[in-house]
Amino acid sequence: MTKRPSFAIYGILAAFVLGSAFPFYWSFLVASRDNSVLTGDFTLVPGGNFWSNAVRVFDTVPFWKALGNSFIVSGTVTLSVVLLSTLAGFAFAKLRFRGRGVLFLFVVATLAVPTQLGIIPLYMAMAEFGWAGELEAVIVPNLVTAFGVFWMRQYLLDAIPDELVEAARMDGCSLWRTFWHVALPAARPAAAMLGVFTFMQSWNDFLWPLVVLNADNPTLQVALEKLQSGYYVDYSLVLAGTTLATVPVLIVFLVLGRQIVAGVMQGAVKG
Amino acid sequence: MTATLSKVDRGRAQEARPRPPRRYRMSHVDAKVSPYLFVAPFFVLFGAIGLFPLLYTAYVSLFDWEVGADEPLFIGLENYRTLFDDGQFWNALFNTFSIFLLSSVPQIIVAVVIAALLNANLRARTGWRMGVLLPYVASLVALTIIFGNLFGPQYGLVNDVLGLIGISPIDWQASTFGSHVAIASMVNWRWTGYNALIILAAMQAIPRDVYEAALVDGASALRRFFSITLPMLKPTLIFVIVTSTIGGLQIFTEPKLFEPSGGSGGGSEHQYQTVVLYLYQTAFQGLDLGYASAIAWTLFLVVIGVAVLNFFLTRRAVK
Repeated sequence: MTKRPSFAIYGILAAFVLGSAFPFYWSFLVASRDNSVLTGDFTLVPGGNFWSNAVRVFDTVPFWKALGNSFIVSGTVTLSVVLLSTLAGFAFAKLRFRGRGVLFLFVVATLAVPTQLGIIPLYMAMAEFGWAGELEAVIVPNLVTAFGVFWMRQYLLDAIPDELVEAARMDGCSLWRTFWHVALPAARPAAAMLGVFTFMQSWNDFLWPLVVLNADNPTLQVALEKLQSGYYVDYSLVLAGTTLATVPVLIVFLVLGRQIVAGVMQGAVKG
Repeated sequence: MTATLSKVDRGRAQEARPRPPRRYRMSHVDAKVSPYLFVAPFFVLFGAIGLFPLLYTAYVSLFDWEVGADEPLFIGLENYRTLFDDGQFWNALFNTFSIFLLSSVPQIIVAVVIAALLNANLRARTGWRMGVLLPYVASLVALTIIFGNLFGPQYGLVNDVLGLIGISPIDWQASTFGSHVAIASMVNWRWTGYNALIILAAMQAIPRDVYEAALVDGASALRRFFSITLPMLKPTLIFVIVTSTIGGLQIFTEPKLFEPSGGSGGGSEHQYQTVVLYLYQTAFQGLDLGYASAIAWTLFLVVIGVAVLNFFLTRRAVK
């Protein structure tokens, strides 16, 4: 296995990666032309209209507001999921308490429950609270995940030696301080991974934001949908929007790609 | 843990004799109560936003419950009875499974091949892995719109390329099979690389000496792949199948955005309307919450049923 693989392997992989990247390029390609060019033959050379199409995106939907909303929603959700998952994961991994086994079994069992199917009562509740159309309606239902608790527990089981927790307790640390000074630093790699995936999932969430938000106060995904839902689809406009929306994710991917790959290979996002 | 703690606390207790010190009592309460406080936020929030809505959905499904109506009317299992006779629901269920099969079968085959290639001793390993994972991170909405454009009936690139090799243009939106292929290709494009990395991780966990033994016995590379690699990947493959089943049965974004004018019917004749899309249409456009809840619960039972089935298959496969 030490010998270098043949060019054929590189060739097939390169073709696969090109295929993976192509739709992004296609989106930019269409976004950089005007619609009259689009109806003709296809070429793989970009046109010069990208900025004028981008400006039309800003005129059509509240793009910057949507971008800000997406950041607020995903940021809050990520912070909450990581913190609460680490807290619960630490308790399940390292603390003894009555009912621990049963409670953890419950967490594992709920991993299989598709929470999206509860959207109807959730929608009724949001309307009741007067949150319909507000960001709270998107944030609150996503503050915890069973997967997060499970993931942090599995990690902390081995990451913190029991002696360390005992030593902290002997020094008179309260459990909260033990969590803050022992568990949280030890959890950092797993928390970072959970954070990246939670952020991406929240950023890409579509069904629920579509249900509770409106065109005036959308997240990015909802704004994109509004761009294309007109009677006549203006593809250079729509794809200029998708190109703009893809840029932040591509930046995250370039910066954190290595960690994301490692996370997937550890089965970070199951389902 | 209790023993070591009490030894220390006994030392402290001697300083302030008659009553145990405040600190000791606090620490005792802390050890008893804090773990519950740590896990409480999850259970309270999950109960309120995950479990309760699901149970309440079951309750709503027993009513004739329309948005804005004065008083929901209890009708028992009537919604489920209607659902059983509802051709559109069965059509949606068929579409969901059809799209799911068209996406998962080729996806897993290609993922295994890509994983095998990535398992070679490549230069710039991380770079290749990132390249393969690229589609997974992109916005699903953006990608669906892009694919909708690529599969456009008149000016789409796919039809242009088919034209180059002499195949006449296909109206991807209009036909049942065509639209399922187009939607499945969006799913495949997004998830194949992701699954390839999970399978790659499992491949790397296969012990080296098994291969060496086979090599000594003179097994060819192809033989080694089919007789060692594939069987040892079985648990992982089933895991991938289970997760993609649960996700695949809830497919929504792709068919929703495949309709260019943004409708929720899943095509002019619902030819690519999935169950969740039908649920969305019934609840938030038809405003029939009771019936939509019955759809949600039926789908929930289907998902659980398939998951249980998969579980038993997994157990048999692992034994």
